Amino acid sequence: MKFREITKKTSIDFIGLRNKAFVLSFVLVVLGLFGFVMVSIGKANLSVDFTGGTSVQVRFSQPMAIGNLRAALTQGGIEDVEIQQVVGQNDFIIKTQLQQAGAEKVQDRISGVISKAFPGNKFQVLGSDMVGPSVGKTLKNHAILAIILSLIAIVIYIAWRFNFVFGVAATIATFHDVLALLGIFFVLHFEMNILFITALLTIAGYSLTDTVVVYDRIRENMAKMKARSDIGQVINVSINEVLSRTLITSLTVLLVLAALLIIGGHVLFDFAFALFIGVLVGTYSSIFVASPLIYLWRRRA
Amino acid sequence: MLRSLRFRAILIFVLLFIAIIFLLPNFVELTGEWKDYLPSEKIHLGLDLQGGMRLLYQLDTAKMMDHIVDRNMEQMKDGMIREGIRFMGLDKKGEGIEVVVKSDQREKLYDFVAKQVPDMKVAASRVEGDNVYLDLSIAATQIVGLKSNAVERALETIRNRIDQSGFGVREPVITQQGESNILVELPGVKDPERALELIGRTAQLEFKLVDEGAVQSSTGAVPEGDEVLPMRQRANETGGPSTIIVKKQALLTGDMVTDAQVQIGGGQFHTGTQVDMEFSSEGARVFDKVTGENVGKRLAIILDNVVYSAPVINERISGGRAQITGNFTVDEAKDLANVLRNGALPAPVNLIQNTTVGPTLGQDSIRKGVEAAILGGILIIAFMIFYYKGSGIVADLALFLNLIYLLGAFAAFQATMTLPGIAGIILTMGMGVDTNVLIFERIREELRSGKTVRAAVDGGYMKAWVTILDAHITTLITTVILFIFGTGPIKGFAITLAIGIVINLFIAVFGSKAIFDWIIARYKPRSLSI
Repeated sequence: MKFREITKKTSIDFIGLRNKAFVLSFVLVVLGLFGFVMVSIGKANLSVDFTGGTSVQVRFSQPMAIGNLRAALTQGGIEDVEIQQVVGQNDFIIKTQLQQAGAEKVQDRISGVISKAFPGNKFQVLGSDMVGPSVGKTLKNHAILAIILSLIAIVIYIAWRFNFVFGVAATIATFHDVLALLGIFFVLHFEMNILFITALLTIAGYSLTDTVVVYDRIRENMAKMKARSDIGQVINVSINEVLSRTLITSLTVLLVLAALLIIGGHVLFDFAFALFIGVLVGTYSSIFVASPLIYLWRRRA
Repeated sequence: MLRSLRFRAILIFVLLFIAIIFLLPNFVELTGEWKDYLPSEKIHLGLDLQGGMRLLYQLDTAKMMDHIVDRNMEQMKDGMIREGIRFMGLDKKGEGIEVVVKSDQREKLYDFVAKQVPDMKVAASRVEGDNVYLDLSIAATQIVGLKSNAVERALETIRNRIDQSGFGVREPVITQQGESNILVELPGVKDPERALELIGRTAQLEFKLVDEGAVQSSTGAVPEGDEVLPMRQRANETGGPSTIIVKKQALLTGDMVTDAQVQIGGGQFHTGTQVDMEFSSEGARVFDKVTGENVGKRLAIILDNVVYSAPVINERISGGRAQITGNFTVDEAKDLANVLRNGALPAPVNLIQNTTVGPTLGQDSIRKGVEAAILGGILIIAFMIFYYKGSGIVADLALFLNLIYLLGAFAAFQATMTLPGIAGIILTMGMGVDTNVLIFERIREELRSGKTVRAAVDGGYMKAWVTILDAHITTLITTVILFIFGTGPIKGFAITLAIGIVINLFIAVFGSKAIFDWIIARYKPRSLSI
């Protein structure tokens, strides 16, 4: 029978590539840890969800230069203003740590300043978001707690389904992915908001699924091959066997995410981007992190 | 085999039928008898999709406790004078009250506190010479009760205000969050400013006498027992607010108001819009007495420490009615009557989060999200057919079933569709594809090893099943935790994904497998297009 295949029967020595992969992973993890520290001390591009403050999205009827808008708002007493233009549109997201401008709401102050500074350019407030500082703090703590708890729950599940070594290795691989994504977002200065946390957890889930699929095959082959071959070979054979599945699944998910990235609009763009990068990292880690870790551990034992 | 196939086919079609019934209201308007027997609710759209407001308020319970202590102190003062207890001092101290008496008054005071001041308990006492210092505070057990009671009353009051507001918000959400926070969601609200004004105001109504003779000194000081309050500013007035000096003591408060209605162009002397209030019988008696004793003076009508009007009392007013005038717009008057009717909040509320999404943004988002979902769907369908040929069609059918079930479940549970929810649907589709890929790759392996079509399909499904189950359960774990810790949009994502995972598993067992089994039983193929 003939099948359409993207990979013919492969026999790539993945375990042999582990040291090169570990260098890359090391860089990603260090980047992620750095990003995490910066997030913790509030130096990253966090959304008002976490920092507290006000964010207003406005749409102008005529083209507007971002510099002019910033100058006008700064003059109008909106401190630490950050402005982001929505790609390809006359929409701007104005962000500040302020929650209150005197007796006025920040949103009203911003509207007032803009209408005074650009009387000829009509604008519309599309949406606004005001978050008090205590809310942001609770949210951040909850997000961190959610990530840690789900990771613990997953180790327990995998340790139960496979064994402890697999559980720990899968968790390290998942941490690797979450950190890598955090690091990449930090370096690119993308906004980390509540959707980003959702993306992190989704990717944790996706990467685990990938890892479980590989582990499942390793377990199956270990039982089959028993003492006849060494663990490195078993892992290599297993990864090669599931390689086409891994690639096809990633490819289809990436296709959908690409659609979301291109036409999903700006609200979904960052989310889709996080998932896109996350799927790439998650696929990579199930092959180059999760499996070699088992190899290292077993070889030593 | 065939028996179980029939069973599975029936199950699939029955569920499909139910899902379509629940989805029907989204496509056709049901009328007449149909409406009584079929579900008629459309899928709820979240704030991010249809626009609206999400407000998080914190009930300022500290201020409320402060008020309670104040009130108790007033009561104690009156009570001790009445009972003939000679006290040397009565002061607020921290969150309690300190009373100083001579030691011979001590027993009488203890007795008095125990019998007549149920809110307060003796927390500490000390003796200095002949003076006894007594610290009273509200019992800790009672504080908890007072606070939770206050949150409940605030919820109730806000709910009533919104229900009677005429905002036309179909599904407002008013719930408690955490210990003393109140979450209000108003999907599709048209006038966000007005909603903020209506919900956030405390609406503490007071009647106080204007102190005509009093003047404010250059340092801002006013005579003992007086206070300066700002007058309400009208919409088109310029300049700073004018102020008025009133007696501190409130003669009548809003809790004695039983009803309030808008009068347009009514009233004897007034042609503008005004609000008529009706007092309880006790309120009517007090109002009668107060107006009778103060004919010729001005009575200030104060809401949240702003003087709305201060008419001269021309004569004793019996019958328990009063009006508030003041050039209100019709909406202002409606909202004023609304808050007076429903009473004050037990404590002021602070707005700590306000997310407002305009309808344009929501429509943009939903259109783009749906477009992306459709494009993504088409890409997947095309890819599956390209790669797995005939079996790809089976997978696409399974995916389609999956989508209908998912949306049907959404409608049936009346879950709220949010933007992350749409992302969740897309992700579910991705997982559905993965399930099929896992199975098909296994079937291919079985076929390569030379098994018959039937054995290969059965073996493929069986071997892939373990992996599929593990993969879905790990994702489900994440989902449950997201649901517990997430708020608003994240909850929507978690719900979608959770429903999707369960449906995915169901379809993996019953959906595509049933189609394969049917094809194999019916046509007994010697090879499989996969």
